[in-house]
Amino acid sequence: MNGVMALRMRARIILFCVVAFACGPAEAHLNATGMGPVYDGLLHFMSSPEDLAAALALALLAGLRGAAYGRRAMFTLPAAWLLGSFCGLSAAAASAGMLASSLWLVLLGGLVVVDAKLSLRSMTALAALLGLVHGYLNGTGMGFSVVAMVAALGLAAAVFVLVVLVAALVVQLRAQWARIAVRVGGSWIAASGLLMLGWSMRGV
Amino acid sequence: MRQRRQRLSPRKVALLATVPATLWAQAALAHVQQGGVSGLLAGLQHPLSGLDHVLAMVAVGLWGAQLGAPAIWVLPVAFPLVMALGGVFGFLGLQLPGVEIGIAASAIVLGAAVAFEVRPPLVIAALVVGCFAIFHGHAHGTELPPGQSALLYSMGFVIATGCLHALGIGIGTVHRWSWGRRLLRSAGAAVTAGGAFFMWKAFS
Repeated sequence: MNGVMALRMRARIILFCVVAFACGPAEAHLNATGMGPVYDGLLHFMSSPEDLAAALALALLAGLRGAAYGRRAMFTLPAAWLLGSFCGLSAAAASAGMLASSLWLVLLGGLVVVDAKLSLRSMTALAALLGLVHGYLNGTGMGFSVVAMVAALGLAAAVFVLVVLVAALVVQLRAQWARIAVRVGGSWIAASGLLMLGWSMRGV
Repeated sequence: MRQRRQRLSPRKVALLATVPATLWAQAALAHVQQGGVSGLLAGLQHPLSGLDHVLAMVAVGLWGAQLGAPAIWVLPVAFPLVMALGGVFGFLGLQLPGVEIGIAASAIVLGAAVAFEVRPPLVIAALVVGCFAIFHGHAHGTELPPGQSALLYSMGFVIATGCLHALGIGIGTVHRWSWGRRLLRSAGAAVTAGGAFFMWKAFS
């Protein structure tokens, strides 16, 4: 009888060891870089085309308008994005995120296409609103924790880098064809937004 | 002797280890972004996979180059925006009669416009291109592969379309030389011939 008990005990130990060693890391967002929440946030932005395209469109628009607009966008957008993320941390996941993102792409892409002559104040308001909305959508569902806040910081840093690089690249474009190429890029963003809008309407 | 029989054989140990390990298998994370990437690739591939699409898109670029500024950039901007509208119809499942015929007709008409060096007012040229873009967009929208990311797929086919226009514009730069103009008109005739073949296929 003792032998049978000992065998069962061994079997349980083996089973326990296998289960204990087989468990993987929690992958709630499937974006874990393994390098900490800052990089997780950064990767989240880089792997979210709707966020990336919206920030890109704003950077193109700011770059087309000039250096002052670029400077304003590169600080306003990440700051608003961070604020929006913090506001969204405690909220549940938003259902209208795809619709909002697609409308932003259509609007910003359209403004780039027509090379809209916005005032600096309008550009600031646009950047702030975009940052707040997209930041909020990013923050929702992450849960209110220090890790999530640090991830939001990484996300805002990625937005900053993108806006700086793209706006700086566009600002120094002088050739007419190059500026037209930027506007054609805006039409691609607007077209993608329109298609995403259709897709979100299908979802409804 | 009895005690020896009750010991766990290596086979039983292996079995005990294998069963729970199999049941606890984690999701493969080697291709976390697989859906997204394949969505983009599927979108990039779609306009290139059909010669009828390719002919029409390149013809838009050729015609734009032939017409010169501002048509050289208005047509490639108008096309993806209206194509996106067609894509939305496709996503929403709205039926559009004679899509294949419309695509073949686009190659015939745009090729003929290049071959005969037709120079309509800009609005008319944009309207012609836009009307045909609806058919191309619808075809892309209805053929979204199941399980793909709609936004990345949309971005993919918009970018591929834009690159084909750019190719057409690039080829069209030969228009500045007399031999280039003849070559361009021959290319237009070849596009029309290709369109006629696809029209025949659509009806057969």
